[in-house]
Amino acid sequence: MIRHFTLDGKKIPFREGQTIMEAAQDAGIYIPHLCYNPEFVPHGSCRVCTVKANGRIVASCTTPATEEMQVENETEELQGNRRELLQMLFVEGNHVCPGCEKSGACQLQAVAYYTGMLAPEFTYFYPMRTVDSSHPDVAIDYNRCILCELCVRASRDEDGKNIFSIDGRGINTHLTVNSASGKLGDTDFDVHDKAAQVCPVGAILPKHEGYNIPIGQRLYDRKPISVVGDVADHQEE
Amino acid sequence: MSAQTATELSDLLLKQWNRDPANLLQILIALQRDLNHIPNEAIRYLASELSLPQSVVEGVIGFYTFLHRQPRGHYDLLFSDNITDQMQGSRDRAQQLATALNVDLGATSEDLGLSLGYTSCIGMPDQGPAALINGKTLTRLSKERMDQIADLIKQQTPVDQWPEEFFTVEDNIRRRDILLDTVLDKGAALTSYLSQGPDKLLDEIERSGLRGRGGAGFKTALKWRFCREAKGEDPVVVCNADEGEPGTFKDRVLLQSYADRLIEGMTLCAAIIGASQGFIYLRGEYRYLLEPLQQELQKRRDSGLLGSTIQGHASLDFDIEIHLGAGAYICGEESALIESLEGKRGIPRIRPPFPVTQGYLGRPTVVNNVETFIAAAMIADNGADWFRSRGTSESTGTKLLSISGDCARPGIYEYPFGTSIQTILDDCDATNTQAVQVAGPAGMTLPASEFNRVIAFDDVPTGGSFMVFDHSRNMLEAVQNFADFFVHESCGFCTPCRVGTSLLKKRLEKVIAGHATGMDLEKMIEIGHLMKTSSHCGLGTTAANPILDTIEKFPLLYDERLKTTSFEPAFDLNKALDEAREITGRTDPGAYVEGGGV
Amino acid sequence: MSGKVKVATTSLAGCFGCHMSFLDIDERLIALSELVEFDRTPITDIKEVGPCDIGLIEGGVCNAENVEVLKEFRRNCRILVAMGACAINGGIPAMRNSFDLKECLEESYVHGVGVEDPQIPSDTEIPLLLNKVHPIHEVVKIDYFLPGCPPPADTIWTFFEQLLNNQPVEFTYRQIHYD
Ligand SMILES: Cc1cc2nc3c(=O)[nH]c(=O)nc-3n(C[C@H](O)[C@H](O)[C@H](O)COP(=O)(O)O)c2cc1C
Ligand code: SF4
Ligand code: SF4
Ligand code: SF4
Repeated sequence: MIRHFTLDGKKIPFREGQTIMEAAQDAGIYIPHLCYNPEFVPHGSCRVCTVKANGRIVASCTTPATEEMQVENETEELQGNRRELLQMLFVEGNHVCPGCEKSGACQLQAVAYYTGMLAPEFTYFYPMRTVDSSHPDVAIDYNRCILCELCVRASRDEDGKNIFSIDGRGINTHLTVNSASGKLGDTDFDVHDKAAQVCPVGAILPKHEGYNIPIGQRLYDRKPISVVGDVADHQEE
Repeated sequence: MSAQTATELSDLLLKQWNRDPANLLQILIALQRDLNHIPNEAIRYLASELSLPQSVVEGVIGFYTFLHRQPRGHYDLLFSDNITDQMQGSRDRAQQLATALNVDLGATSEDLGLSLGYTSCIGMPDQGPAALINGKTLTRLSKERMDQIADLIKQQTPVDQWPEEFFTVEDNIRRRDILLDTVLDKGAALTSYLSQGPDKLLDEIERSGLRGRGGAGFKTALKWRFCREAKGEDPVVVCNADEGEPGTFKDRVLLQSYADRLIEGMTLCAAIIGASQGFIYLRGEYRYLLEPLQQELQKRRDSGLLGSTIQGHASLDFDIEIHLGAGAYICGEESALIESLEGKRGIPRIRPPFPVTQGYLGRPTVVNNVETFIAAAMIADNGADWFRSRGTSESTGTKLLSISGDCARPGIYEYPFGTSIQTILDDCDATNTQAVQVAGPAGMTLPASEFNRVIAFDDVPTGGSFMVFDHSRNMLEAVQNFADFFVHESCGFCTPCRVGTSLLKKRLEKVIAGHATGMDLEKMIEIGHLMKTSSHCGLGTTAANPILDTIEKFPLLYDERLKTTSFEPAFDLNKALDEAREITGRTDPGAYVEGGGV
Repeated sequence: MSGKVKVATTSLAGCFGCHMSFLDIDERLIALSELVEFDRTPITDIKEVGPCDIGLIEGGVCNAENVEVLKEFRRNCRILVAMGACAINGGIPAMRNSFDLKECLEESYVHGVGVEDPQIPSDTEIPLLLNKVHPIHEVVKIDYFLPGCPPPADTIWTFFEQLLNNQPVEFTYRQIHYD
């Protein structure tokens, strides 16, 4: 027997063990997210995919769907929460979109556009972060890392290389690279690694292909992410 | 300094800990203790021997406050910085020492080999100000004692030659009820298990209504039953002795003076769920209890109450290992605790799966608080009715409270659930009380108008912290202390808590400096609600409580300090010109701006 | 609204790109000028802002003068608008926030290529720099945000149209951009 739950009033079928997010995606319904990527174990850290399930706010990427569950997704309350979470991510790092090669194909931006976020209205942190351009083909701009750990998961679980890790705690949490120097150039990272394809923002960027696609014609310039889908789906040629 | 190289020492420790990556944290703690830091050489060696990426080992070190990659002094002195420590003069004492020795707080002095700093509550607020020196607990740091300590450090006297009374930790039990007053004969709970069998005993515990004493209040019998029925092999019993909630110290007293009962309770649980392996996760701040606890375990083994064939029954085979924490409040959250037990960063897990089905190394795991295990052992011996003779129908039995702050008799008080705040205040000789913070920073701030409320799961729930503030106190200092605590202790995993705690801290500082307006309060409430609803774990969902509670219940605290302008800048405009003034040497009127908002 | 709506604009730490985009509303400017009257703007050359209905601010806050001008605008404008990426989050000028002020100044005036007579200027005529570049919402209250580098002319036009017609300001998907 196929089981169902309700999402914004629509009946959604699900299989035993599926999360709200998985079932929604199968049904072609978009729930905003950043750290979720169906190819990897769910993480539940960005909290952008939070929905209201039977009155409780939960991360849809880690919460199993249950029979008769009443889920709200596109309510003004939830979109408001998401805008605030996105604003937090913006002020926590240094995001200068006009100077970022990822602009227009960045999922942080795209979700922000989708939820109608006009500006980060919190106080900025202006953390002192660095850029690592030691690798011949890929650069890491730590200013833009949102700690989604997709690169960590991809390198560990798919590439089997464990190139990326997390260090520090609390607001000092940061991404690190597994080499004696801490530099990407001193690892066996390859531009064709899965971990090079999954960054939702402009933190891990391939070199030598600046502005191939003009601003204005990029992935999310014309159509919202709810229609176009995740940037990772468009990254592998 | 030993002549051993970091690699040799690492090798020794690897052997001692079975070359098991799950014991990485324990190895790192031992290295830190012996070498005052964890040198890169050791990191490389451990990584290769345990087949872990080096960056993962570094990430573990980077997570725990007590692990360092730069050498600490051979006197590593950390003052407990809970608000109730501060109220006893901890900050003055720290400053006194810093001045006497001419070192900066928060820094390491090479000459003296001294590192001086603050740390989150070390669980001694009934006998503070308190500090940790090389992990050992110093209590009652009077001015005189501070002078003595300054001299000892100047003379470079090794810590193990310091006067013993510096390290005395008192129990300070002020009120006993059925739990502390009833005698439990060694092995009595196990005897009861052997005569009744697991099913009847679980029923009895269920009938007692026992709920977890660590804060969340989950029904203990139900948790044990889930674990017993879980599909996985080889279940595990874990005692949560992390006691990180600032102002709580009742587990410390239980571990110090009732350890045998705890072990009995854990063994009972093991018998019921069929576990052979157990852990006590002991917070690093209670390291002074490590050896005494190990002795208690040995005593039980020697008397056939722990180890293989307990009380002569081949089917009863259970032993307990102690794992230390290393300064991370989040590791009191049960799934973060399990991660930490596995030698990792203490990041709370996604649930489901719950620990009862997949906990330590994927095995079914019961995690209970110290007091819970003890209560369960006592119920096994004395029956459910004995337990139900105290408390209310929803909150049966008694609760140990750790009382500190503005009262004449701080210490441990055992009360039946249902006791009012006012009764408790009267008993501990608190006068002129302005507010009580129950259940630590994550709990509730209660004004006098709510002192008629009672300690109970359905009214004022608590893991045990009870901090009293009289009218001489500025409650905003407490709120700020709590906000700082959460910034320091957020694990950093999820957005709302990682960023929100810092945003709240900044706004609160603005309020305290007298630069905030009503808009700032609105923003704080907005951030607080987001954290409450959207965070991944209980730390984030409660971290805004002190701010939200005091804005609602102590509005004057804030209103008095608010500017009447509609908006004030987020930063000090004139201070933001300091650097430029310094660089250019300018002092003309144009080198200053009018501060404040419009 | 009775009579014409008074509008003032200024550029703080910005590049006038947002102003250019504003002019880009092309023939709609004529329609707009029926409705609004300009006070201080780079176009009118009025130096002091007077009481206005709407103030548009381009650029972030990078020096003492920016602070003064921004506050003056806030005092005089009923509605204050952050126009463009730099006003909203400091933008490109805020990239200097990854360096100490001293480092920045030395790089430009001491170690820079082709610098003669290397010294950091301390002339009182020159506005003193803030340690960091800040978005304007950290200094004064902002009522509306128009994102974009620059905000598309269409976004600016929509904003005026809706505001002047007392409608809630709402943008379509393609009117919201951060680049
Ligand atoms: C941030 C956080 C810290 C916690 N700290 C402790 C602690 O120090 N001791 C404890 O027993 N429980 C603590 N808990 C509760 C545990 O997660 C868990 O509920 C408890 O150990 C279960 O045991 P119990 O049922 O016997 O209370 C904490 C929870 C959170 C969210
Ligand atoms: S990563 Fe995305 S949000 Fe950040 S600067 Fe680049 S485009 Fe903007
Ligand atoms: S670098 Fe990219 S993929 Fe990796 S954690 Fe940061 S944002 Fe995520
Ligand atoms: S709520 Fe805080 S402590 Fe809990 S997972 Fe999120 S960041 Fe970590």
